[in-house]
Amino acid sequence: MDSMPFALETAAADSSTLRRVAIDPLSRVEGHGKVTLLLGEDDQVQQVRLHIVEFRGFEKFIQGRPYWEVPVMVQRLCGICPVSHHVAAAKALDHVVGADRLTASAEKLRRLMHYGQILQSHALHFFHLSSPDLLFGFDSEPGRRNIVGVAAAYPDVARQGVLLRKFGQEVIRLTAGKRVHGTGAIPGGVNRALTRDERDELLAEIYTIIGWSRQAVQLVKRLHAANPELYDRFGTCRSNILSLIGVDGTLDFYDGHLRARDADGSIIVDGLAVENYHQLIHEEVKPWSYMKFPFLAALGPQQGWYKVGPLARVQNCNSIPTPLAEAERREFIDHGQGKLIHAPLAYHWARMIEMLLAAEMIKDLLHDDDLSGTELTTGGTRHHEGVGVIEAPRGTLIHHYRVDDDDLVTTCNLIVSTTHNNQPMNEAIRRVALRYLNGRQLSEGVLNHIEVAIRAFDPCLSCATHALGKMPLQVELQDAAGQVLQRLRTVP
Amino acid sequence: MSVVPVVVFACGNPSRGDDALGPLLLDQLQIWLDEEGLADGFELISDFQWQVEHALDLVGRRLALFVDAGQQTPAPFAFRPVQARDSTITGTHALSPEAVLSVLARISQQPVPPAFVLCVAGASFELGDGLSAAAARNADCAFELLKNLCRVSRFDAWQVKVSDQEAEGAPSPQA
Repeated sequence: MDSMPFALETAAADSSTLRRVAIDPLSRVEGHGKVTLLLGEDDQVQQVRLHIVEFRGFEKFIQGRPYWEVPVMVQRLCGICPVSHHVAAAKALDHVVGADRLTASAEKLRRLMHYGQILQSHALHFFHLSSPDLLFGFDSEPGRRNIVGVAAAYPDVARQGVLLRKFGQEVIRLTAGKRVHGTGAIPGGVNRALTRDERDELLAEIYTIIGWSRQAVQLVKRLHAANPELYDRFGTCRSNILSLIGVDGTLDFYDGHLRARDADGSIIVDGLAVENYHQLIHEEVKPWSYMKFPFLAALGPQQGWYKVGPLARVQNCNSIPTPLAEAERREFIDHGQGKLIHAPLAYHWARMIEMLLAAEMIKDLLHDDDLSGTELTTGGTRHHEGVGVIEAPRGTLIHHYRVDDDDLVTTCNLIVSTTHNNQPMNEAIRRVALRYLNGRQLSEGVLNHIEVAIRAFDPCLSCATHALGKMPLQVELQDAAGQVLQRLRTVP
Repeated sequence: MSVVPVVVFACGNPSRGDDALGPLLLDQLQIWLDEEGLADGFELISDFQWQVEHALDLVGRRLALFVDAGQQTPAPFAFRPVQARDSTITGTHALSPEAVLSVLARISQQPVPPAFVLCVAGASFELGDGLSAAAARNADCAFELLKNLCRVSRFDAWQVKVSDQEAEGAPSPQA
């Protein structure tokens, strides 16, 4: 485990000689985030912190509601991953209604919905949010660094990105009942199956989707091969990793147990039932950040922080259950030459392997007649508590509820993917700051390097609000007292 | 199958205070269109945010309208034409209306339809809050405009509404 960067987190500030640089809010990162860079004389980096304004009103928003409303209401926590919250909440509340094992149809329909979410989210992130940086370069002209710029220079890539996203959304629409605010997953099962025609509609496109997903993996591999020094070292920070693992050791986005490895790849914890997550994970509060810092309890906060998401999942599992994605996983693992890969930019490679996995899983499910089954719900002895854990696109998502005798939620605890990755994102940007900012004059391109490192983790900052004009991008140069010295950019 | 000539997009989160303005107006509009027998001429699409796939919903349309809440918008609303703009930088995971139009222009040979934005002034966007009183009043004004736009859904008629609003200046009955 690396410990060096903590010095950059806690460095004392001498206001007479230091300048503070704020990137606020981050572009193309959902919600509201801010990076502060405290620079000394000659622009030497003295302190680097990622502040995420995490809204902690989730629990209050859910408490007091009837439990059966929760899978629908939690979608309003986040406009980017509503389906992940929908599925995780339904899984947790399965236990409340005594549905310890869903019917085959219900589980497969939920899995299909979830794979649709993985596919559309990964496609959006790679093609829309990250490919502009990767294809044009981190220092490229800012006005070109967006999906429109990609569409101009690489029209096929942009078109495939849009259609991949559209296909994932269509899977969600058919399984959840609506494009947004769906109601498909309910405590104890699902409320609709797919007709034969609906399955055929998706089957007509799925082989094209798989083909494009394979091309996306090849694209990201070419990017790595073209500049291995950059892709293997940019912001690299060694850490533990954590994810859900399927019962047979395979990568499973929907169900399984918890497994953690150390930075060398040795298993620390395996087979932990998800309802015991609190034994594995503790959270630290730091005075300078609203967002908590989770860590593996057995290792403590200094040594126990970990990564989640595609980079963790692809390396934490024993295998991937579909042939094309498994072949790509093996190549990815070989790239590490026997060691875990910790490079943030490798998240993109792992993410595209997962997109291929999701596409293959969707194809297999669409051929399964259980999707058109009629036994959609089950139940059993009521309980007052339930934990639901899934692997959301960005990482492990934990929903935990307690329900009283009146069916009202009394306790709600959510640990979202971005919170797990809080410390790794901070570590990554400290390394990038040391490498690219020290002694250099500030520029948009240099500051974008910081944002590239953060975007690799695909943070979602839980903000479904997107009123026009609400999220300008500003970069301000401030002195240590907070006085603005220079406004570097403002985007309308 | 023929494409419905006019698409009306709304975005926002129904549980985040005034961010609900777009979806609420769309719900209200759907009811009114049904009552007036005009529903066949309009497709209404509500979402949390505008995204790349919405570019595909523009294909074959005669007119497009984007309805959203605005944070710094002069009350009660702003109504303006909008065009594809390549230089638009995406703020977050979401796209601006200009960028949605631009994505269509870049990924397909289909013409980009004339498009307008109706941005209704909001004030509070907190999770769990309802619509503020000011936003509710602004929504009433905006709905009157929406009805007029749907009664005469032609580009030139919508342009006249833009001119009317410009001539009136920036009315601010509800801040």
